[in-house]
Amino acid sequence: MAGITGFGGYVPRLRLQRKSVVEANGWFNPGLAGLAKGERSMCNWDEDSLTMAVEAGRDCIGEKGPADLRAIYLASTTLPFADRQNATVAATALDLGEDLKTVDLTSSQRAGTSGLIDVLEGMGERDGQVLFLAADHRQTAASGAQELQMGDGAAAMLLGQNNVIAEYLGSHQVSVDFVDHYRGQNRDFDYNWEERWIRDEGYFKIVPRGIDALFAKVDVAPSDVDVMIMPALIRGVPQKIAKGAGIPDTAVQDNLHAVMGEAGTAHALIMLSKALQNAKPGQVILVIGWGQGCDLMLFRTTDAVTSFKPALGGVESSLARGKAETNYNRYLAFNDLIDRDKGIRAETDAQTALSTLYRKREMVLGFKGGKCTKCGTVQYPKAHICVNPNCGAWHSQEDYRFSDVPCTVQSWTADGLTYSPDPPTHFGMVTFEGGGRLMADLTDVDKGGVEVGMPLRMVFRIKVEDERRGFKKYFWKAAPDHRKTA
Amino acid sequence: MPAGIRDRVAILGMGCSKFGERWDCDADDLIIEAYEECLKDAGIETSQIEAAWFSTAIEEIHVGKSAVPLSVALRLPYIPVTRVENYCASGTEAFRGAVYAVASGAADIALAVGVEKLKDTGYGGLPQNMAGAVSNMTWANASAPGSFAQLATAYQKKHGVKPEDLKRAMAQVSVKSHANGAKNPKAHLQKEIDTDAVLNAPMIAEPLGLFDCCGVSDGSAAAIVTTPEIARKLGKKDLVTVKALQLAVSNGIESSGEGWDGSYFMTTRKAAERAYAEAGITNPREQVSMFECHDCFSITELVTAEDLYISKEGTAWKDFLDGFFDADGGVPAQIDGGLKCFGHPIGASGLRMLYEMYQQLLGRADKRQLADPKIGLTHNLGGFPHHNVSSIAIVGLEGA
Repeated sequence: MAGITGFGGYVPRLRLQRKSVVEANGWFNPGLAGLAKGERSMCNWDEDSLTMAVEAGRDCIGEKGPADLRAIYLASTTLPFADRQNATVAATALDLGEDLKTVDLTSSQRAGTSGLIDVLEGMGERDGQVLFLAADHRQTAASGAQELQMGDGAAAMLLGQNNVIAEYLGSHQVSVDFVDHYRGQNRDFDYNWEERWIRDEGYFKIVPRGIDALFAKVDVAPSDVDVMIMPALIRGVPQKIAKGAGIPDTAVQDNLHAVMGEAGTAHALIMLSKALQNAKPGQVILVIGWGQGCDLMLFRTTDAVTSFKPALGGVESSLARGKAETNYNRYLAFNDLIDRDKGIRAETDAQTALSTLYRKREMVLGFKGGKCTKCGTVQYPKAHICVNPNCGAWHSQEDYRFSDVPCTVQSWTADGLTYSPDPPTHFGMVTFEGGGRLMADLTDVDKGGVEVGMPLRMVFRIKVEDERRGFKKYFWKAAPDHRKTA
Repeated sequence: MPAGIRDRVAILGMGCSKFGERWDCDADDLIIEAYEECLKDAGIETSQIEAAWFSTAIEEIHVGKSAVPLSVALRLPYIPVTRVENYCASGTEAFRGAVYAVASGAADIALAVGVEKLKDTGYGGLPQNMAGAVSNMTWANASAPGSFAQLATAYQKKHGVKPEDLKRAMAQVSVKSHANGAKNPKAHLQKEIDTDAVLNAPMIAEPLGLFDCCGVSDGSAAAIVTTPEIARKLGKKDLVTVKALQLAVSNGIESSGEGWDGSYFMTTRKAAERAYAEAGITNPREQVSMFECHDCFSITELVTAEDLYISKEGTAWKDFLDGFFDADGGVPAQIDGGLKCFGHPIGASGLRMLYEMYQQLLGRADKRQLADPKIGLTHNLGGFPHHNVSSIAIVGLEGA
């Protein structure tokens, strides 16, 4: 039987306090006052849809993907590259190998749920598992309501036919060119139509039609639904749809608006991931995705649902370790919504030699160093001659991946001179358990929050953005290891 | 152990430009300023120079590549000229090239010139994009002060020194150098400072504040070297000879191997051991009269005093607080004001340090003159604590 075999998620640590936004923009848009409660997740300056997707993927598959992994899908409408397959970058970062199906899905908020249905429907023809990632780094104009309603985040689902934790029961899709919002090619932001129209003509007419069609196909009834997942920015919409369909109102899941906002393509899967983390065996889960129609799919959890544990603590852990951000200017800066005087140091050319990057892709994106087969010394980068002076063996090293090796900081500084989008930039000598070291950038740390010996873990992040050429360089940085410091 | 070059090469003349924000000068102007003094001091003509070495590090912001800019500036008569770059040790590398040419017999008289015109970037501090295509993808986003600042966190941890005590010792490093620099008309910064000014300065890279960092300036320095015999024939009486030239270069152990704790320079220790052996020095704390080390940052000087085996490991911070490295202390350090007051025009710095040792040994250091110095040591440290080039030169009176 096809279904979900694992799940994960990621919500960035920073949580922009809506109150701070409203205080800054209320003079211009008094209507924001009603949205001043709670917080929304926001990417650090070095995070985007790709880095969040990788982190969600690591949460889902742990240190090493399953041996029978055959494909990776990445759904998002905010992918960093319009033409360079983003899923392939994620696959390299996740060390999934190169004999792999890689697919980017985009163009609709429904890309996450539609893609999931597509993979599950085709599961019978596959011989292995699929890693399905969805992420969105929402882009909104300053001072609009969307800025407060949206959030950033990612989710991951592992899909397969054996040892499923949630059996796929069926799906239905409704495709209607209902344009509640759109974003034209090469435009930064969405253009939105009136909420009342979206609610009355959109959600209330299109979703019930889909629910009726779905339940006509499967042998469970709306009243059997234990968990209903439906992201919707307009208050009360899922509740009213549930009521109309005969779905128990207790099934309707919180849309996480208060704690993270809505993460676009990823949001339904983030909610699903969270629900699975708290699910009991035998629960029926309805997932509804919205965008030019709707996707509906049904799952039933198995006994195995309680034994699966996301490697990094899942969506629950991500949500629990937020850091309140009260500086709206930092949000504007991180999202390139304001022109800053970055100084001449920021003008350093960041061109990437693509041929070099290709040769070093496993070193840079996959974070692989070497392990000497003669003396066992691990080292980064991998080299022709072993770094151990007592060994010095030639051509003796096999790949050694550092991404998941726990590490600590041996020495560090907070550097206020070098250009950083979030000064002072922290970096230090990071030493890995079992050997190996790297002078590495630190991320997700606060001024005064670093000390020698603190436990760290490596995360895949943007290293530098080549603004001149529209290229992003990705590499690994050290972040506080929440599993050890919590 | 090879015989080395002790006393085989003498300094015939030296010159040093005024260091500072030389808004009035291009690199060739600075070169001429240093070379004119050098040539006059040597008492020879340009036509007598048989080979030259030219050091400059960040050539893309001033002279461009190759040795041609030096040859053109000095109208050198189609002699071999070599451009060298080895991070902050570049100036000492030019000197090494010239000294080795003479020691080998390949040239009777050789020239070393270093220059750096840094103040045309439009911002303070050093440019920092020097890593190369591969390293640019993986190296931390580090400025020079950020890299060296980490010596402090590692040193504190290793030796159990309280942050405030180390910060005070580091402050004394700078206070001492400013006291010396105030007496040097060629220094960029010629003002004395007090401890409070250092401690209260704006933070650059924790725990290094503004006064823990050396200046950034323009400058040039030059040396003409020959054999002691030729020097005497040319009428020189008191000879300053080269006692040792050593260089040690990181091989990746600090950056990717095991064992290095980040609190010292592996390279400097190796270079110092070899240099002392070459110079016949067995007790540096007693035998070295004075030194100019690479005080790019206060913490660099502090740990270098240990790496040069002048202070015992873990005690340099006390030696600084006790005044051991002051002008009237046991082993005066940075008697000309150091990088702290001269700034660090990279290609010139090594030669600038040698210039001060040379002046001191000949008793020509004016208000800074030390009593009867016999052996002077210079040290450069280029790159980062985990990835560097360390050079040591020892010069002294002939026979010392």
